[in-house]
Amino acid sequence: MASGVKPRVKVPKKAAAGDAITIKTLISHKMESGQRKGDDGNPIPRSIINRFTCDFNGENVVDVKMEPAISTNPYFEFEALVPEAGEFKFTWYDDDGSIYEETKSIAIG
Amino acid sequence: MEFTRRNAIAMGAGALLVAGLPMRVSAATSDEAIAAFTGGAEIGTGDIKLTAPEIAENGNTVPIEVSSGTAVEILVLATGNPTPGVATFSFGKLAASRSASTRIRLAGTQDVVAVAKLEDGSFVQASSAVKVTIGGCGG
Repeated sequence: MASGVKPRVKVPKKAAAGDAITIKTLISHKMESGQRKGDDGNPIPRSIINRFTCDFNGENVVDVKMEPAISTNPYFEFEALVPEAGEFKFTWYDDDGSIYEETKSIAIG
Repeated sequence: MEFTRRNAIAMGAGALLVAGLPMRVSAATSDEAIAAFTGGAEIGTGDIKLTAPEIAENGNTVPIEVSSGTAVEILVLATGNPTPGVATFSFGKLAASRSASTRIRLAGTQDVVAVAKLEDGSFVQASSAVKVTIGGCGG
């Protein structure tokens, strides 16, 4: 497992029902592309997060398939509809099988 | 080895062949990636917008944004990278807009291509040339 992986998500605390909100996510991860060479001249093996999903109350918002060309500390910004109060669930899938999760609840108001 | 005119021509041709190879390989793979995404369907232009900087000082983090009114899926490719794939965005039921932004790595000056699959099943494409001052793939 890559060390120091920390997901960060910015979601407004409340929204009006049916509103579109902007969500920003960032996860600290080195995203080793597999193209770089180490001090010994051998390529450093690839180690990236290959998929990111965001769901709201079990309904999908976005699903992103990632390749090594995504920068270090992958950042995503997108818009989501909020039909009711509930919980956003963010999931990142690492090459090594680790899964990082984060949840944020949002109220209607 | 004597440096004759014949040898010089042979070496020149060889060098050209070697120099030409990597570019052709990369072009082929990004075309292949597009073909795999579209299933060989024809690609038009229209309902897709790709926003990328004209000049990126640092190829390690180039901010890009894709947006489209009716896209179901958007494929982003960096045609000049060692591996052209960048990301595929799939929009679910609760996506308020079919847009997303992220940061990508670019190995050098090249075209970034976005291909969108629209709700009606057709495909549209947009591309943007980005000039990169420092490449971002190491090596």
